[in-house]
Amino acid sequence: MTALTDLTIREAADRLRAGEISSVELTRAYLDRIAALDDTLQAYLTVTGEIALEQARRADERRAAGEDDPLLGVPLAYKDVLATEGVQTTCASRILQGYKPPYTATAIRKLEARGAVMLGKTNMDEFAMGSSTENSAYAVTRNPWDLDRVPGGSSGGSAVATAAGMAAGALGTDTGGSIRQPASLCGVVGLKPSYGRVSRYGLVAFASSLDSIGPLTRSVEDAAILLGAIAGHDPADSTSVNAPVPDYTAALRPDMKGMRVGVPKEYFLAEGMQPEVVEAVRAAIAQLEALGAEIVEVSLPHTEAGLAVYYIIAPAEASANLARFDGVRYGLRVPGGELIETYKQTRGAGFGAEVKRRIMIGTYALSAGYYDAYYLQAQKVRTLLKQDFDAAFEQVDVLAAPVSPTTAFRIGERTDDPLQMYAADTLTLGASLAGVCGISVPCGFDSEGLPIGLQLIGPAFEEARILRAAYAYEQATDWQRMPEVRV
Amino acid sequence: MPLSMEEVEHIAELARLALTGEEKERLREELSEILDIAQRLQRIDTSDIPPTATVLPVNTVLRPDESRPGSPRDRLLENAAEHEDGQFRVDVILD
Repeated sequence: MTALTDLTIREAADRLRAGEISSVELTRAYLDRIAALDDTLQAYLTVTGEIALEQARRADERRAAGEDDPLLGVPLAYKDVLATEGVQTTCASRILQGYKPPYTATAIRKLEARGAVMLGKTNMDEFAMGSSTENSAYAVTRNPWDLDRVPGGSSGGSAVATAAGMAAGALGTDTGGSIRQPASLCGVVGLKPSYGRVSRYGLVAFASSLDSIGPLTRSVEDAAILLGAIAGHDPADSTSVNAPVPDYTAALRPDMKGMRVGVPKEYFLAEGMQPEVVEAVRAAIAQLEALGAEIVEVSLPHTEAGLAVYYIIAPAEASANLARFDGVRYGLRVPGGELIETYKQTRGAGFGAEVKRRIMIGTYALSAGYYDAYYLQAQKVRTLLKQDFDAAFEQVDVLAAPVSPTTAFRIGERTDDPLQMYAADTLTLGASLAGVCGISVPCGFDSEGLPIGLQLIGPAFEEARILRAAYAYEQATDWQRMPEVRV
Repeated sequence: MPLSMEEVEHIAELARLALTGEEKERLREELSEILDIAQRLQRIDTSDIPPTATVLPVNTVLRPDESRPGSPRDRLLENAAEHEDGQFRVDVILD
């Protein structure tokens, strides 16, 4: 019999509905597994055991009273960049140690209204800046497929909690690949919704024109369930779009008939591509063809410029967003004798190396004399990049490509070389800059047994399309597996 | 194009970041490398291309001008390092 902690959200919901298990039982199973594994894996920064059991009891009562919902009583994990009322929210930064938000993020509030249970808050790169979760001020999260390797980032804790059966699913955030890349490196499904599909209210801002909240799950259907729960307009976020939320699970079909899949040639030519990744993704594309899709080669000519565009725009926005951390209203304060000096000392002591690096790049790019050359030019090239996607989507329904140029790298391997770390985002940040949606779905393993992800990218607000393609692929293959974690 | 130490210190001042000598030296090298890559964007012809202001197909969104309750003051003050009389307390900025 499958362990309770291996069940997908859909499977758990079916058993809860049938009365075979209770939410309290399921929640205890997850808390036990967290207790057994998380000293080693360190996916969580905070485990909210008491809150979880209380929410589970309430979910069981609601079910006993006749309520039913696929999320009622299902235990989830939330990235620590999402505000949770009264529960420490640190963004994995020293500067927010002890911060307890006075409100809960809209995405989590929506899940809680549906009866989801919060197991805790997951580790991440500080303020979501990074691709390995090594930039956390608190813990190094390990990849459950190989404990010496990174889980990817920045939503590494959410990916590991989901992959290792320490949550039924999780929320992460994606600014340049931070959901899709860790999902790929940990062998789970990760969906980055279109910009504006999910309210960012209660998401601590990194790059406001790029940030989006999305699910990490053990099946495509689960991703559809979670996305349907968190999507939609929110008066508290003026950039959340007032467009109807379709029933994403209804869009899932086991074939690709009538779909045109574009293969962007530039996404196979990135520097440092691991040949096994290219092979696995090519094989996955052949599988999509066998399922009835028409395969078309397309070009996204500004792909190579994407990295430079991203590493100007995201730090520029971050430098403005992170100005609020000054020791006055929340978080750390290091007294400097006078106000400006207090700001400087607080920020100098509270931010880690990568956050300082990005604040410095961003401040430079926005400073007098450099704004036109760096920031404005980057925003113009961003327009070209978006036009590439617009043109591609006139020819095809979805794009298929690798997620990450390589499988999980070793802990410590890239920490001394920021540019090498940034290269991990090469194939994901294009979709972020264009505001379109993307999903990572497991498509194989390399010779070391490390997971590989297939990226499917769709036009803005066409999440149903990438979910359908990912589902058809997933149903025809069996790459969604759980690691045997040795602790 | 390597940055000078003066430039690094000027940016740190603008960003209100206290940095150690070692941090400044390291950032000087790293920022120079990153900006070299950013320089490559200069080669792309963008003469007729507008900058991306938003990726969304929407313009200004208006809502009814109705008052709503804000966050409770005492809850907000709970997270402050110092507060007094319902206000955040900071160092004196005017003598």
